[in-house]
Amino acid sequence: MSKYTEDDLREELKTKEYEYGFYTDIESDTFPIGLNEDIVRAISLKKGEPEWMTDWRLEAFKAWKEMTEPEWANVHYKKPDFQAISYYSAPNSKPKYNSLDEVDPELLATFAKLGISIDEQKKLSNVAMDVVIDSVSVATTFKKTLGEKGIIFMSISEAIKKHPELVKKYLGTVVPQKDNFYAALNSAVFSDGSFCYIPKGVRCPMELSTYFRINQAGTGQFERTLVIADEGSYVSYLEGCTAPSRDENQLHAAVVELIALDDAEIKYSTVQNWYPGNAEGKGGVFNFVTKRGLCEKNAKISWTQVETGSAVTWKYPSCVLKGDNSVGEFYSIAVTNNYQQADTGTKMIHLGKNTKSTIISKGISAGKSQNSYRGLVKISPNADNARNFSQCDSLLMGNECGAHTFPYIEAKNKTAKIEHEATTSKIGEDQIFYCNQRGIDTEKAIALIVNGFSKEVLNKLPMEFAVEAQKLLEISLEGSVG
Amino acid sequence: MDLKEKLLSSYLVFEDHVDMDTHIHNLRNDAIKIFEEKGFPTKKEEDWKYTSLNKILKEDYSVFPKQENAIEYNDVKKYFIHDIDSYKIVFIDGKYSSHLSQTTHDGMDICLMSAAFTKPKYRLVIENYFNKAASKDSLSSLNTAFSSEGAYIHIPKNKLVEKPIQIIHFSTGNEAATMLQPRNLVVVDENSHVQIIERHQSLTSNAVLTNSVTEIFANKRAIVDYYKIQNDNSNASLIDNTFIKQKQESVASVHTFSFGGKLTRNNLNFYQEGERIDSTLKGVTIIGDNQHVDHNTLVHHIEPNCESHQDYKGIFDENSTGVFNGKVVVEKEAQKTNAFQANNNILISDKATINTKPQLEIFADDVKCSHGCTIGQLDESALFYMQSRGIPKKEAKALLMYAFSNNVLNSVKIPEMKQRITKIIANKLGVNLGFDL
Repeated sequence: MSKYTEDDLREELKTKEYEYGFYTDIESDTFPIGLNEDIVRAISLKKGEPEWMTDWRLEAFKAWKEMTEPEWANVHYKKPDFQAISYYSAPNSKPKYNSLDEVDPELLATFAKLGISIDEQKKLSNVAMDVVIDSVSVATTFKKTLGEKGIIFMSISEAIKKHPELVKKYLGTVVPQKDNFYAALNSAVFSDGSFCYIPKGVRCPMELSTYFRINQAGTGQFERTLVIADEGSYVSYLEGCTAPSRDENQLHAAVVELIALDDAEIKYSTVQNWYPGNAEGKGGVFNFVTKRGLCEKNAKISWTQVETGSAVTWKYPSCVLKGDNSVGEFYSIAVTNNYQQADTGTKMIHLGKNTKSTIISKGISAGKSQNSYRGLVKISPNADNARNFSQCDSLLMGNECGAHTFPYIEAKNKTAKIEHEATTSKIGEDQIFYCNQRGIDTEKAIALIVNGFSKEVLNKLPMEFAVEAQKLLEISLEGSVG
Repeated sequence: MDLKEKLLSSYLVFEDHVDMDTHIHNLRNDAIKIFEEKGFPTKKEEDWKYTSLNKILKEDYSVFPKQENAIEYNDVKKYFIHDIDSYKIVFIDGKYSSHLSQTTHDGMDICLMSAAFTKPKYRLVIENYFNKAASKDSLSSLNTAFSSEGAYIHIPKNKLVEKPIQIIHFSTGNEAATMLQPRNLVVVDENSHVQIIERHQSLTSNAVLTNSVTEIFANKRAIVDYYKIQNDNSNASLIDNTFIKQKQESVASVHTFSFGGKLTRNNLNFYQEGERIDSTLKGVTIIGDNQHVDHNTLVHHIEPNCESHQDYKGIFDENSTGVFNGKVVVEKEAQKTNAFQANNNILISDKATINTKPQLEIFADDVKCSHGCTIGQLDESALFYMQSRGIPKKEAKALLMYAFSNNVLNSVKIPEMKQRITKIIANKLGVNLGFDL
């Protein structure tokens, strides 16, 4: 099969029938609210997990009980009551609205700007479908291509059953159960997520995306992703989608683990556009994510993220550069508007010799939002000739928002070379004037400038994603010009 | 009995001895309560993440030195910048030494905190300024509770103090371990200019812990230059808390030269409470052995059109550890702020560590703020160039390091002081640089 693009998918989605895949075997039921050992057991049982998995969850739960919610991040929010949440609810298969007319018109307007087809709009806003789509067959087409290469790409619950040896070997090796409060919570109660394994020497022929795996939409608030690239393999993985998703779950605590074995390369791109709350700062998703990758010898992990959504974002995609000559990269654009708060950045832990890392972070704050970069570069005593370059630029729009940088640099090796620079500025009046003079209105001019400001990161995104992300930036900042 | 308990019970004794007005007494009582509640900072606190006090708190410090000691000027002459005329305020084990000092009341007050606390004519200044800039953290509070002695400097309007002021604290080490808590107050009124040099020096190898607080008030258009020389011996630890409040159009600078001591922690805080203020924070750190130097700076931009410049250079050898934690806060109203921060470090040895965290917190949009931070090594090719022209490796290295720290030295305004620092650096690097400035 030739390269399968998003357009092909869209075409296919329009014509296929939708049977709600394997959700049918799960009754739409919800567990009682609260969290205790029984709930953890029940989740595990519901998913038909083997005993080692149940034990693993319980161990995490035990650790979680001892932990307290971290408060060091530069964000302020009302702490969720962890006993007031239902930890398991089967994916919502009932349509919420009967027709598009009932959907928030603002949301629809956004869809239109992003150029999303009517059918897709309905799907994304949870409207009953006129055209029923069969996502299972889509998934199957994919699986065939991938299967030929020996690539395993499935939901993590499926992987626990079908490939327990791989899951058992790698799950929790990069983000241990006890890593932090939210990671422990996720380990105890994760509902589902993706699992991906690329065998030795295989170059994955397509961009793997959760977006394609439509039957996995609504994996719930505790998502777990595990990507393993075996020796010499390559994979590019996309997470999220540019269309705004309205999710009823206020708390999201996902864990992503990447493992790049010798000579492997993983490129992980995220576009996050969850509901940021309304213009008054009411509502919105709390996004507390733990993402970490482990690089063995000569391996490379590259994180690219475009964060525009969520009321509160707490996210630090990190690289542990364990093997010699391994490379870690982090490219990020974080946009905050209205009352959004983002505390995001990366950790680069240099353990091996000749390891290299690059950090490019662009923060754009508008409205009354607060945008923080928090990063750690750590050079251990054995990491000879480690090299790091970090650049954090912030763009401020209006005088009610804030931009903050908290870079931590710890060097314990004399051969380390570390550079860090950060700047904060606003859009120059002369730049806007220049554009105005040439017939570009102020709003467009700002879009143009923001685009140029974020180009370095946008360029790192896969093509289709980049175009959408660019549009997304414009939309996110709409109306922020005063 | 650990040090905290000892201090708390000593406070009860101390409280009975001090004969002071109720205003100060209340401040003291509040301060000791804060200390009692918070205790000594631990590594769990974000500001103390990289510096542990555990090791130095283990000593059994005597809080009130019992016997008084006299020192001969000739024995300690080398610790003064003696080749220029200057005012001197000298303390020995926390007690004022009148024969080493040279104070004045002629048109300005360069004298003692103990006098300022007790004499009615200083009352107004004390009420207006004392403890008004110091933060309410546990160590500053501890100092406030025990504050009894230190330098008191009040320069009235339109006065140019033509001689620098040297504040020197000696500890003689006649007890196994001594804890000192000097408290300094510097008030510089409109259009006045003053230069101050501060130094802490222990004369024996007995342990000393100094927890010092200095409050500096630079009023309208005042110019204050403050220099700290930290070149103590290897059993002396220093926690230096300095708070500077600036009013409009004032210019203040603090230069910190850290070459010695076991553990040195500098908490340097600038508050800009007016427009068109200029603040400079610079430092050179050259350490080795098991030394630890921690620079914790804060520049708080509150009003518009102000500037701040930070430049810290560090060279770390052997097992030493360096910490730089610089924070710039720009408030919403502080438009047109220019804030610059640079921190450059060189690691010489495999066992040396540097932890740096240059922070920016910005709430205003029309600002220019930048920070840069580097960690690297001496340039091999530059070393080779010099060696190939007959300069021995050691000297070549020293030259490079000297050049590296030159930026900071260049803004020192007292030539004799610059010379002295150059000598200390050369000494530290074990070479003769072969030139004087």
